[in-house]
Amino acid sequence: MPQNQEFFNRRLHSLLGVIPVGVFLIQHFIINHFAVYGASSFNAAAHFMESLPFRYALEIFVIFLPLLYHAIYGLYIAFLGKSNTRRYGFFRNIMFMLQRVTGVFLVIFIAWHVWETRVAAAFGADVNYDMMADILSSPFMLVFYIAGVLAATFHFANGLWSFAVSWGLTVTPRSQKIMTYVSITVFLVLSYIGIRAIIAFLDPALANM
Amino acid sequence: MSEQKTVRFIVTRQDSPDASPYTEEFEIPHRENMNVISALMEIRRNPVTVDGKDSAPVVWDMNCLEEVCGACSMVINGKPRQSCTALVDQLDQPIRLEPMKTFPVVRDLVVDRSRMFDSLKKVKAWIPIDGTYDLGPGPRMAENKRQWAYELSKCMTCGVCLEACPNVNSKSDFIGPAAVSQVRLFNAHPTGEMNREERLNALMGDGGLSNCGNSQNCVQACPKGIPLTTSIAALNRDMTMQSFKNFFGSDKL
Repeated sequence: MPQNQEFFNRRLHSLLGVIPVGVFLIQHFIINHFAVYGASSFNAAAHFMESLPFRYALEIFVIFLPLLYHAIYGLYIAFLGKSNTRRYGFFRNIMFMLQRVTGVFLVIFIAWHVWETRVAAAFGADVNYDMMADILSSPFMLVFYIAGVLAATFHFANGLWSFAVSWGLTVTPRSQKIMTYVSITVFLVLSYIGIRAIIAFLDPALANM
Repeated sequence: MSEQKTVRFIVTRQDSPDASPYTEEFEIPHRENMNVISALMEIRRNPVTVDGKDSAPVVWDMNCLEEVCGACSMVINGKPRQSCTALVDQLDQPIRLEPMKTFPVVRDLVVDRSRMFDSLKKVKAWIPIDGTYDLGPGPRMAENKRQWAYELSKCMTCGVCLEACPNVNSKSDFIGPAAVSQVRLFNAHPTGEMNREERLNALMGDGGLSNCGNSQNCVQACPKGIPLTTSIAALNRDMTMQSFKNFFGSDKL
């Protein structure tokens, strides 16, 4: 697309954030949630995902390439803006600032998270309940992971709101307001699922189930 | 009255476009119903700072003095607005006057808003009616639509929305909300509609509307209460449809 390159890049960035990255986020959280039913339940779910056909193609085209594009172009967007929340403390302006702060934090968090799990798996580590329980036994890592989960759910929920505006779905102030409530609900529900899974990795009783 | 009431001003000054800014404090006698412009005129008559230092008169821009031209916009106590309608009695003192730094500063409080006028040219924010012969009357506009469009036509290119926007700055060439809303205005006009896709394609170009980050400061800051974020979302929808038409093709030009 030589014409309107920037328009294309921006819209692609907006689209990829929801499909597939956002969809993958939900799927990832649901698989994680199996930890609530015990280690064997989580391991079975993780094993099922690992043994999907065309695993590498799925990983590359559904996860890594869209995620990389969204992350790198997102960093470019974030540093193009000049936050002014001190002068204009409006709700949407604070959301604008938080969207960029969580985005930059997520690049760091996800890079580390992928290194610790998927790259480790490529070098022969077994991705299972014990691996996560081991990682989360460190208090620093626990806080880092909780922050990562909350940043991801916020970034996705608020991103859904701006997706609706950027594509022209919600035009009137009323529809945008109702979309705000929808995005808050998405944030709360996904945060509950994500945090509950993290807590499940801390429970020694679940480790033997 | 034995003692004269006074008003204090802290003015950000800059001697030339490349000079570094500094502040000067002035104290002037208070008058009933004074606005920031009449205060600046008072400073101009006797440009002596509170320290007794002789200074040059403060330079600012103004024209209509009734908030319809947009020329006298400046940042007053941290908020960009028109200095003609900024009444001194309604402001906390000392009153801080700064130029709108989103734009290149010419001198003191005068900024160069050329980028806004260039943007209007870029999106063709007008209705072409010239021909080599009389084209006759254009299609009529419904009265309810005219009333609706009147709200959008209140834009005076004052620059307050650009000053409030976190995505309009020296690092980005984002067109800003004002011109976007003008595209909506002229696309809604029965004759202007004939050049609809030209304006949409201009808005889809580099530095176009897709740079909007939805902070929605513009609609809060607009002195004319123009529904700028509604215009932005409406044009996002139009651009979405236009991009499909451009790529997949359509006979509906």
